[in-house]
Amino acid sequence: MGVLGLIFAPGFLSNGPVHTALLVGGGAAVVGAVVGVFTVMRGQSFAGHALADVSSAGGSASFLLGLNPLVGFLGMAALAAGVMEWADVRDARERDLLTGVMLGAGLGLTALFLYFASVTGSASGAAITVLFGSMFTIPASIVPAALALAGVALAVIAAIYRPLLLSAVSEDLAQAQGTRVRLIGLAHGWALALAVSLSAMTVGAILSTALLIGPAAAGLRLADRPGRSLALAVLIGLLATWGGILLAYDSYDWTPGHGWPVSFFIVVLVFIAYLLAALLARVRARGVSLRAVHPSGCGQD
Amino acid sequence: MFGSFMTNAWIVATMVAITAGIVGFFVVVRRAAFAAHVLPLGAFPGAAAASLLGVNELLGIIAFSALGVLGISQLQRWERREVATALWLAVALALGTLFLSMTRRYSQGVYALLFGEVFGIRSALIAPVAVLGAIAIAVTLLLYRPLLLDSLSPELGEAAGTGRGRIELAFLAVLALCTATALPVVGALMVFSLMVGPASAARFLTDRPLLALTLSVVLSLATVWSAIALSYLSNWPVGFFVGVLGGVSYAAGRLRHRGGPAHVR
Repeated sequence: MGVLGLIFAPGFLSNGPVHTALLVGGGAAVVGAVVGVFTVMRGQSFAGHALADVSSAGGSASFLLGLNPLVGFLGMAALAAGVMEWADVRDARERDLLTGVMLGAGLGLTALFLYFASVTGSASGAAITVLFGSMFTIPASIVPAALALAGVALAVIAAIYRPLLLSAVSEDLAQAQGTRVRLIGLAHGWALALAVSLSAMTVGAILSTALLIGPAAAGLRLADRPGRSLALAVLIGLLATWGGILLAYDSYDWTPGHGWPVSFFIVVLVFIAYLLAALLARVRARGVSLRAVHPSGCGQD
Repeated sequence: MFGSFMTNAWIVATMVAITAGIVGFFVVVRRAAFAAHVLPLGAFPGAAAASLLGVNELLGIIAFSALGVLGISQLQRWERREVATALWLAVALALGTLFLSMTRRYSQGVYALLFGEVFGIRSALIAPVAVLGAIAIAVTLLLYRPLLLDSLSPELGEAAGTGRGRIELAFLAVLALCTATALPVVGALMVFSLMVGPASAARFLTDRPLLALTLSVVLSLATVWSAIALSYLSNWPVGFFVGVLGGVSYAAGRLRHRGGPAHVR
């Protein structure tokens, strides 16, 4: 109990908002990691970040209209993902620009909605809440819907797992094998929209990129086999999220009066995991190249 | 609209628009929209940190822009460019959240830094903006040939003796300078929209680099001026108009040339 008491500040395990944060944050982390691996492999990190930011326009609109934030975040992200796939831009430069222009317009809308919110006085500090998230203030009523959406995103990825993997490795090869690449792209786009809107609500629109890209990049560093990368990414995402929540809760004791932000701890943990993974991959690569230079055992010369 | 309290807004926004138009041309050619988004966004924690320490805001912004350049180029050794960019963004914003949580009085400042408050710019800001903008433009024009060569044909650039890594670093530095110029006055969102929207629309109008560069500046000026005028008339935020006008001009260009400009590859 003494050690446990040191790790878990009093009340952590019996605190309602903490339970909600652990559940919703965990769901967002798992979905983000799974979708993120494919997003990184497909070279769509920018699109992932853009969707999260654009979804914040929906989030601020629902703030203004008093809607369920999930509806706003998700609706806007799904719309943007649809536009991106519908435009069907193959050329990498054109894709980059389309994403950028859409991101600019989406953030413009966010600015407008937040301005309306501040004028009508319906919410001061709405900017901070929408952009940076506030895990401990998530209403418990949102848990079933959030977990259901996380399940849907995972089901979509599971349903298209093989063709998605194939088209992520080589689009031409997938096409030659008869995969409907555009359909797969759209399905992935919507799974991505689900993932980012979930994490936009939990760690905030701006930081959701961390949950999407960080664990996935670390997982891909650590393992060559996609299945293993996925598992590692999920593990890192979950541990970072739960660890971040725990540290943020404990931090109320470090600096009396106010705690440190959850998002800060989560990102720091994710980034440390990434750095360790990159370091390990380098060490391993050096070992391989040394073995290549000094082939031990089966000497030919 | 042209009253004395608006003079500063017009002057500063014009300088920012020219700088962003020129730098934006290379953002488009180099496919660097993500970096153009992340450097300004990742520099705003610098302003929050400066307010925490009680030093000049501009110093914090310059420091974090420079950190961004170093961070992104370091991560690029291990990762693909966009993954490196995304990772830096996450780290910078996490620090930003931490700094923000330490000062309560900064909430309104965040909105201004992200979305821009063109009205009520202090005269004291004009000189630093002019100097930083001039440096950004001068460096870009000095690097015009190697940047263009490296972007259009990496092999040719390599043969001409311009190292890829050095060019990328120099380009990120230019982006950082543009960020430091624009962030304190127009906000992270607006400088990003200005670097991407006008330049990408200009490409649909011509395939000659120098003309595209000029058109990018012209369109950027037109965007900023109409955004300020519209914002003045409607009282809506300037950032909204800049973002939407960028989207409109890009869409118009695309519809004129269905499938994108075939000549600029």
